[in-house]
Amino acid sequence: MQIPHEVTARPDTGLYNAKLGIWLFLASEVMLFGGLFSAYIFLRMGAPDGYWPHGLLNVPVGAMNTAVLIASSVTVVLAWASLKMRKFSQYKLWMGISILCGALFLFVKLAYEWPQKFDHFGAFIKPEALAKYEPLLGNKRIEEENKKGGAKIDPRVEISGHLHEVVIDASAADKERLDAFLKKHHLEAKPDAHHPNLLAVEGKHLTPGVVEDLARLPDGTLKAPGIKLKTFVLALDPVNADPTNPESDKPHFWYKGATEKHGEIQVEDVESWSAFAPKHSPYFAVYFTITGLHGLHVLAGVLIMLYFWLPIEGGANMFKRNPEHLANRVEVVGLFWHFVDLVWIFVFPIFYLL
Amino acid sequence: MSTAATTHAPDDHAHAHDDHHYDPGFWRKWVFSTDHKMIGIQYGTTGLAFLMFGFMLMMVMRWQLAHPGEAVPVIGGMLQAIFGSSAFQADANGIRGVLTADGYNSFGAMHGTIMVFFGIVPVAFAAFGNFVVPLQIGAIDMTFPKINMASFWCFFISCIFMVVSFFVPGGAAKSGWTSYPPLSGIADLGPLNHVFMNGQTLWVTGMVFNITASLLGSVNFIATIIQLRAPGMTWMRLPFFVWAQFVTAFLLLLAFPPLEAAGVMQLMDRAFGTSFFMPTGLIVNGAITQWSGGGSPILWQHLFWFLAHPEVYVLILPGIGMVAEIIACNTRKPLYGYKAMVGAIFVLGFLSFIVWAHHMYMTGMGAKVAGFFQVTTIMISVPSVILVTALMLSLWGGSIRFTVPMLFATAFLPMFGIGGLTGIPLAFNAVDLYLHDTYYIIGHFHYVVAPGTIFAIFAGVYHWYPKATGRMLNEFLGKMHFWLSLIFINGIFFPMFLQGMAGVHRRWYDGGATYEQLITPVIHWNNFMSVSAFLLGLAQIPFIINFCASIWMGRKASDNPWDATTVEWDTPTPPPHGNFIKEISVYRGPYEYSVPGADKDFTPQTEAPRSDRPPSVGVAGPIATHAH
Repeated sequence: MQIPHEVTARPDTGLYNAKLGIWLFLASEVMLFGGLFSAYIFLRMGAPDGYWPHGLLNVPVGAMNTAVLIASSVTVVLAWASLKMRKFSQYKLWMGISILCGALFLFVKLAYEWPQKFDHFGAFIKPEALAKYEPLLGNKRIEEENKKGGAKIDPRVEISGHLHEVVIDASAADKERLDAFLKKHHLEAKPDAHHPNLLAVEGKHLTPGVVEDLARLPDGTLKAPGIKLKTFVLALDPVNADPTNPESDKPHFWYKGATEKHGEIQVEDVESWSAFAPKHSPYFAVYFTITGLHGLHVLAGVLIMLYFWLPIEGGANMFKRNPEHLANRVEVVGLFWHFVDLVWIFVFPIFYLL
Repeated sequence: MSTAATTHAPDDHAHAHDDHHYDPGFWRKWVFSTDHKMIGIQYGTTGLAFLMFGFMLMMVMRWQLAHPGEAVPVIGGMLQAIFGSSAFQADANGIRGVLTADGYNSFGAMHGTIMVFFGIVPVAFAAFGNFVVPLQIGAIDMTFPKINMASFWCFFISCIFMVVSFFVPGGAAKSGWTSYPPLSGIADLGPLNHVFMNGQTLWVTGMVFNITASLLGSVNFIATIIQLRAPGMTWMRLPFFVWAQFVTAFLLLLAFPPLEAAGVMQLMDRAFGTSFFMPTGLIVNGAITQWSGGGSPILWQHLFWFLAHPEVYVLILPGIGMVAEIIACNTRKPLYGYKAMVGAIFVLGFLSFIVWAHHMYMTGMGAKVAGFFQVTTIMISVPSVILVTALMLSLWGGSIRFTVPMLFATAFLPMFGIGGLTGIPLAFNAVDLYLHDTYYIIGHFHYVVAPGTIFAIFAGVYHWYPKATGRMLNEFLGKMHFWLSLIFINGIFFPMFLQGMAGVHRRWYDGGATYEQLITPVIHWNNFMSVSAFLLGLAQIPFIINFCASIWMGRKASDNPWDATTVEWDTPTPPPHGNFIKEISVYRGPYEYSVPGADKDFTPQTEAPRSDRPPSVGVAGPIATHAH
């Protein structure tokens, strides 16, 4: 039993089945990402001033990834055109390049962009404590700038950077369990210079995730019994290290990591803190959900293209038996790939630039 | 049939007989089948089982509403043993089987979810669509048979999630079928609950699978209807049922993904602590929750209702399609206003995307926004009325055969009419603020879907059962099933309007006993409605017996037992793999009944006009062209 119009187009519609199928599927995908993008708009519109971050992402790296994806969209068309001209070795070349581009995109995302976020630390300061942290926030100057008119600058309510040290009160803690925990995570605890009851925990493996394991809750209540978080010491991000610099008022093109300058935050002044993880804020929730789903689509595209590239039944071996069918398959995955590309062309500006 | 058979030479019988050798083995034939008819039957039986299950949940709830705090008689102990102590407890005398408040919420949420997403959509859309649509357009199968199989198994996985969720600690989801946050964001989370194996998380995960199954199915339906119509099956020769399925598939294709997005977001909220839907400073049990905040519960409502309003048309359109087929066949005359109906169903489909916020008047939206949605909501009643009116007028002057499917189809019209007309007051913001979340809503919605769509489903089962099994369903049991169901289903839902207008809230766990003084004139209806529900349950027994026993004991059906015109009756009964044993060509519209001057009162779509009838067929006479 052979389903009609699997390879050749139906005369009155001008389409073979899979081409119609993929367009319908893409229509549904538009609605899926449409739902997510409208969540982005909804949450961003609803965010109080200062709670929607700007310029946290690495623009050059994102721009490079954009270029990589666009290039792969071109090469996948060239792969399809090669098949239509029945030039097999060219097909293998262009399809191979498309696959490599997709893989490179994923590699940058998973090996650099995402992990960098999980190391980064941010703490939202309680409204009543904002004045106390004025040296790190520079809100006075922003107020003055806003009075002058011009584009409105959001007040700053968050202090971010790399965790350098966490001061804990472990006087009520189970010392053995604490030592085991610190040893497991290669951390050192030294008595604090000013307060003998407090321990300063530091080490290069001190990440927000480890601190969460020490004491999960923002107000310092306990997960590990008997431990109370007191102070975070950060290697500050440029915006907090030099808050009066007008350069920090707008998103910048070149990414700057945390500086050498340290700043202290009392846990009691903190509204919520975490790594730049999904739970950090609605911004990162949307960022990880959309880029995660997009990444899954990239992965699916790479796997399918790989399937059509490898010399297997249903893949490149089809060229000998039914080259037109293989060309159709490549056209369909190409349409999907263009869609994935198109989604990224929306993702890049709304997260990296705006 | 391994060679390409894309040519449709009229006398090309060489390929047809290959299908007799089709023997894929037990697993590929009965379980992992790619044949659209088997997938339709799989969807249908699973969906009917879920309809039964969802109805049973409701019967337990109705017991609690009429007899608050009393143990469910006879089966109470068994229920407690099955569903555990979170859903049932013992009463003061130690008799087991009293539905708890948590159990009530859980049963209510799961009743809605199961009936809508696991009962009616799988049966009305997926089962009948899969079985009937390719046959009606003269296709040998769906365009993508493997994707079709994937759709069913995706659905099956979602079923497992939903069933399993009853048996995890804390029981199944209990935040309503709409799963509104922040309630659904905090439900079943805590030290006593597993991170993943808890009711609400399983619900969300199950829904993501269910939506994926719908997506795969709807792509397949649309592609099949566009690509695989037989030669001569032009658009305006499509049976109305095919149009209904076509529009429904578009609704599923485009409306469901935003809920999938919302489901992913709720999953993120629950599993990774994000706050898509969790507002800042949410206080639970007197303590501020630990979400970072900044999210919006209203966002969920928008995304949910953006699906769920088109969803109610997903529930009703296949039903209207089936009723149209059955009415045309049993009145022995063409549908009145076929073209207007096709136009109306497209307008309906389009408008259904821009009415969703009429479910959300209570959120305090601005007058302008509310005004927009009131207008679109009133507008959508126009195509709905066109459809029902056209069906009513189709009865006019027909020589009606009151077969069992026709009884159900005829009853559908006034029942759906009541459901539709009671919805009009709800379209208005001012009235809705009063009626919102009362039993009036429940009555309105159930009139559309229960004596509406479910009656259409029964009509469809009685109508196409002979094609699927080769046996007729028993007429006497069918009529018994119909009359009892019609009486008792009204006994359940009509008093809901009275209660609702008196202000009885839909989520009162004790049936309103706490507020008895406020609702004295209507509270006694609880008992009447519950008794009706139990009797309606009993009235399904003839159907179940009929459905199961007729497979072996039913009267043998001919290929076209109803003397119908559409193409699905032009197959052997039951249709073999590949459906048709001859090449199909379509020569005429779908409802050529009682054509003046014709030699019989129906002319099948595949019957060639006299002038270009092949000579060999002409000699054998008109009947022989479609008898095998």
